[in-house]
Amino acid sequence: MNRRKFLRQSASLMAAGAAALILPAARAEEAGPPRDPMRVPGALPRPYGERSPFEKQQRLGGAGPGAPHGWGANAPDNYNSLTPLQDLHGIITPSSLHFERHHNGVPAIDPTRHRLLIHGLVEKPLIFTVDELERLPAVSRLAFVECSGNTWDGWKDAQDYSVQDTHGLTSTSEWTGVKLSTLLEAAGMRSEASWMLAEGSDAAGLDRSVPLTPEVLQEAMICYGQNGEALRPEQGYPLRLLLPGFEGNINVKWLRRLKLGAAPFMTRWETAKYTDLMPDGKAYQFTLVMEAKSVITYPSGGRRISPGLHEISGLAWSGRGRVTKVEVSVDGGRTWQEARLQEPVLPKCHTRFRLPWRWSGQDTVLQSRCTDETGYVQPSRDDLIKVRGTNSIYHYHAIQSWKVEQDGSVRNVNA
Amino acid sequence: MRSSTVTRAAGLALASLGIAAVVLGDARPGWPADENGGKERIGRPATQEEIRPWNIDVSPTGEGLPPGRGTVQQGSRLFATKCAACHGPTGIEGPKDKLVGGQNTLQAAKPVKTIGSYWPYATTLYDYINRAMPFDAPQSLTPDEVYSVIAWLLFQNKVIAEDMVIDAHTLPQIQMPNRNGFVADPRPDVR
Repeated sequence: MNRRKFLRQSASLMAAGAAALILPAARAEEAGPPRDPMRVPGALPRPYGERSPFEKQQRLGGAGPGAPHGWGANAPDNYNSLTPLQDLHGIITPSSLHFERHHNGVPAIDPTRHRLLIHGLVEKPLIFTVDELERLPAVSRLAFVECSGNTWDGWKDAQDYSVQDTHGLTSTSEWTGVKLSTLLEAAGMRSEASWMLAEGSDAAGLDRSVPLTPEVLQEAMICYGQNGEALRPEQGYPLRLLLPGFEGNINVKWLRRLKLGAAPFMTRWETAKYTDLMPDGKAYQFTLVMEAKSVITYPSGGRRISPGLHEISGLAWSGRGRVTKVEVSVDGGRTWQEARLQEPVLPKCHTRFRLPWRWSGQDTVLQSRCTDETGYVQPSRDDLIKVRGTNSIYHYHAIQSWKVEQDGSVRNVNA
Repeated sequence: MRSSTVTRAAGLALASLGIAAVVLGDARPGWPADENGGKERIGRPATQEEIRPWNIDVSPTGEGLPPGRGTVQQGSRLFATKCAACHGPTGIEGPKDKLVGGQNTLQAAKPVKTIGSYWPYATTLYDYINRAMPFDAPQSLTPDEVYSVIAWLLFQNKVIAEDMVIDAHTLPQIQMPNRNGFVADPRPDVR
């Protein structure tokens, strides 16, 4: 009897006895891994993989500016969750750790009953099933999605925060779907159409107006794929709009309807919310692009480091295109060194940067600042607040400061 | 030909946005022609009857507002039973969004953004309440109920008189206090 057959037979024997017996396999699992994995046959293949039980990284629950982060006692009021950037490698966010923001829960949607309607200023209103969309010519691209509320606590006094708390509302995936232009062409977009209402089929019926600029017409996608498999429910299963570089909220999830019009629809989400209040009492509206931003993820808030060699590492991104340069300061902004950008460096996508550093053991402040292909340089906190005050909630993208104390502990500060 | 329609429309869209036009490339993904030399049809035509129940949005012009009417008095009762648990008895106590008050606080250290102090369009109230409220039972209100609760909220915010009837005709004509409080995105504004 070969090994595989033996294991299969043992497994079915065990299953047969499961009602009466405690399974030996279950006991082995409870006991943890063997002392020597070379002396015990390993686990059999399984239909859907999971990470090692030793890996515990998780999203962190959130509930708005100033609200405590976490699960448990805070859970009933959580309406977002933050990506553990401090634990991630490279530029891709595992789908299970992609941040969440929803406005009345994650809907349960049967994809066979889901439909996408395109109507309004088109020659022929059309209805698509998910299957039909999946049959159309498709494209894939890597892109970040960042909530415009990411780092919203940055406007106020610095709290004792990790990079997950401060910057965890951004994630990068490979997204797959149909280009919006393919569908607009099929429906026959009328010449007077200049805006498009995108509407989700969640309990918020979230609706946003999308300007039909050349950038949008070229790049917008109706996505069904995320990192090679179907979208996760939290990211819009079975269909979402992707507008690379634009604030997360307008990348409407659970997409059910696109309506073309000649003016913005002025929904709650683009008037009462997601507008940026300035010190003079006026508010910026339709601030869609996410400006150049970067953050050091190692070492970052909550870590403790020892003197000696470290590789400073972090993420940079810009909604206006590629990141062209990331500079790192290990002396609170007095001097700057150029970090190495790790390939691939893609437009509107997280870019990983790295810089070797020897920590002497003296307290200091670590910062990163990025430049994008338009030449735009990520501003300091002071410069940002000089223009926008501290009450705009959204679109905080200033340089992040991590203080390294003499004892090696790293904490969030407003330098 | 379809492709040139998209290109032309994009040009117009841009003109209205004040952005310099860029000619789009052929956006067609290059589907093979069918035996008649045409493009394969995708999607299914939607009829007006099919579109109607999906077409729930309301624009600032009032497009999309259904027949029906509401009064402050009816709205007061409805708010107490269906809204006050989250927004407080008079719309200011919370625990969820403050809906009333806050006028003239937008330049203050702690601005209070409410319907009366911040929202630029009254029609947005219909669009949002009808689709998303109450939070635990969205889309459960009748048009008369939505109009009524809007009437009460606008009266509480001192935007309308107590005897005003809210309907598809009157709602789009209401001038909200912060109607001119918004400016187009000027970024990059910080360098």
